[in-house]
Amino acid sequence: MLLPVLIGVSFIVFFIVNLAPGDPARIIAGVETDEETVERIREDLGFNKTVVERYGIYMWKALQGDLGTSYYSNKTVIEAFMERIPNTLLLGFWSVVFGLIISMPVGIISAIKQYSIFDNLGMVLALTGISIPSFWLGILAILLFSLKLQLLPSGGNEFWYSVILPSITNGTQMMALMTRMTRSSMLEVIRQDYIMTARAKGLDEKTVVLKHALRNALIPVVTTAGNFLIMMIGSAVVTETIFSWPGVGRLIVESISKRDLNMVVGCVILITFIISIINLVIDLIYVLIDPKIRSSYGIMKG
Amino acid sequence: MNFKNAENRSQVYETWRRLKKSRTAVIGLILIFILVTVAIIAPLLYDYNNDIIKQNIKERMQKPSLAHPFGTDEFGRDILGRIIYGARISLIIGVTSCLLCGSIGIILGVVAAYYGGMIENVIMRFSDILMAIPSILLAIVIVAAFGVNLFNIIIAVGVATIPQYIRITRASVLTVINQEYIEAAHSIGAKTPRILFRHILTNCFAPIMVQATLRIATVIAEAASLSFLGLGVPAPTPEWGAMLAGGRAYMREYPHLVLFPGLAIAFTILSLNLIGDGLRDALDPKLKK
Repeated sequence: MLLPVLIGVSFIVFFIVNLAPGDPARIIAGVETDEETVERIREDLGFNKTVVERYGIYMWKALQGDLGTSYYSNKTVIEAFMERIPNTLLLGFWSVVFGLIISMPVGIISAIKQYSIFDNLGMVLALTGISIPSFWLGILAILLFSLKLQLLPSGGNEFWYSVILPSITNGTQMMALMTRMTRSSMLEVIRQDYIMTARAKGLDEKTVVLKHALRNALIPVVTTAGNFLIMMIGSAVVTETIFSWPGVGRLIVESISKRDLNMVVGCVILITFIISIINLVIDLIYVLIDPKIRSSYGIMKG
Repeated sequence: MNFKNAENRSQVYETWRRLKKSRTAVIGLILIFILVTVAIIAPLLYDYNNDIIKQNIKERMQKPSLAHPFGTDEFGRDILGRIIYGARISLIIGVTSCLLCGSIGIILGVVAAYYGGMIENVIMRFSDILMAIPSILLAIVIVAAFGVNLFNIIIAVGVATIPQYIRITRASVLTVINQEYIEAAHSIGAKTPRILFRHILTNCFAPIMVQATLRIATVIAEAASLSFLGLGVPAPTPEWGAMLAGGRAYMREYPHLVLFPGLAIAFTILSLNLIGDGLRDALDPKLKK
């Protein structure tokens, strides 16, 4: 499934970017360059061929691991991407950590003590977290922690603690969604008979909740983790711009303003590739934690 | 007596009856009602040319006061007025984008489920591909390529709606398509479009409505992020994301420049989410009494 989706993505992105009005060779050369130079650029970069031809050539090279070169620097797209992607993944990782640390306990306690003050407060906070757009949250965070309190840097990635504000900004929405999801799936599980059986056996509440209920309650949460990931890498585009975080999202935004088409198409394809790989890993984790699937695989093998 | 009308009315009525019981949904509805009303009567409150887009350097960067409840921006324009006019843009983008792209998704979803086979395969792979690209990235690419204007923005933020509706509609059509009443409709000679739209699609009402409210919220947020990145409705049109981006440079001394536009976005998304939550509970067959 991975390869067809990637080819489809490259097809869509390539055509959107290349069918756009405006002469890319003219934009690269600038307004004041004479027609001859523009023509040379056009030939050098292959803009004199038709879009379909260009796509064919592009894909042929892409399959050999060559996504072209930036129009402005001599870096290849893959080099530029590899330089930036660790930062985006780092941001993504800490956003997930932030989301999990808060959403898991709040979701579980809210479900166990349904309609308590803690539950109500938690749900109001979760709803607020979903509703606040991440770029506003980022600005407010800079305003409070960087400009007023001067505790944390407002951008860049020079210090180890530079990642704190961006990952909170990036992770809040996911945290809020996860909290609600953990709560509702926990509520469903906790009413089931086998939980009552576990209690009847005389197990203490901690074992019942953490061992028996949580494992089943986590299944729908993990299933949607892939969607959260796509959301997170998407919102990283905005977060990286606010915090001048040198990741792929900012690279794409910068390349778009320079109309560095090769870079844009290449980065979007590569980002989708990375997301697909991580989704695959999540599917494998899903198999590990859900005994129902594990056993059905076992049967198939036998 | 016309049974079909009685049926239709009772479904909408039933939904409304249960929606009214949900406190969150009612709060959400009231908030959205206020927002829409203010957006509609905006021309009565402020003159677009004089108050909203005309620069007035003498009054720039004023703190909130009686004359300017939310203060003025870096060009001396009243922030409250710009937020009210901004609501119009956001609501137009949210609603038209969901109507347009939602309809495309619904039609493709119905076609996929009804015809199956090769057609279904092609449509579902298409939706897989669209879902694989982060939606904001796709929106940025589309707007950057085709230029910044209202229509392009509506399409750009809406594209991600299409695969979601394809999936939802296909799933809900598949649950009803093999039921006996569809067979009965076939046997009395009803035509395919009639069966699709009158008998099948009316049964997908619940998930489509819930998704619509939540999608409008997402689309409004995404359009604001586009503006924030400088890819939104061009200046001087008042747009919440662009107002935030503009005020950012001065926020240390004048936090009100970034406070109020952001509050407006959060307020809108919050009310839509409240309605969406209430609607989901009201339409959930599991909770039916």
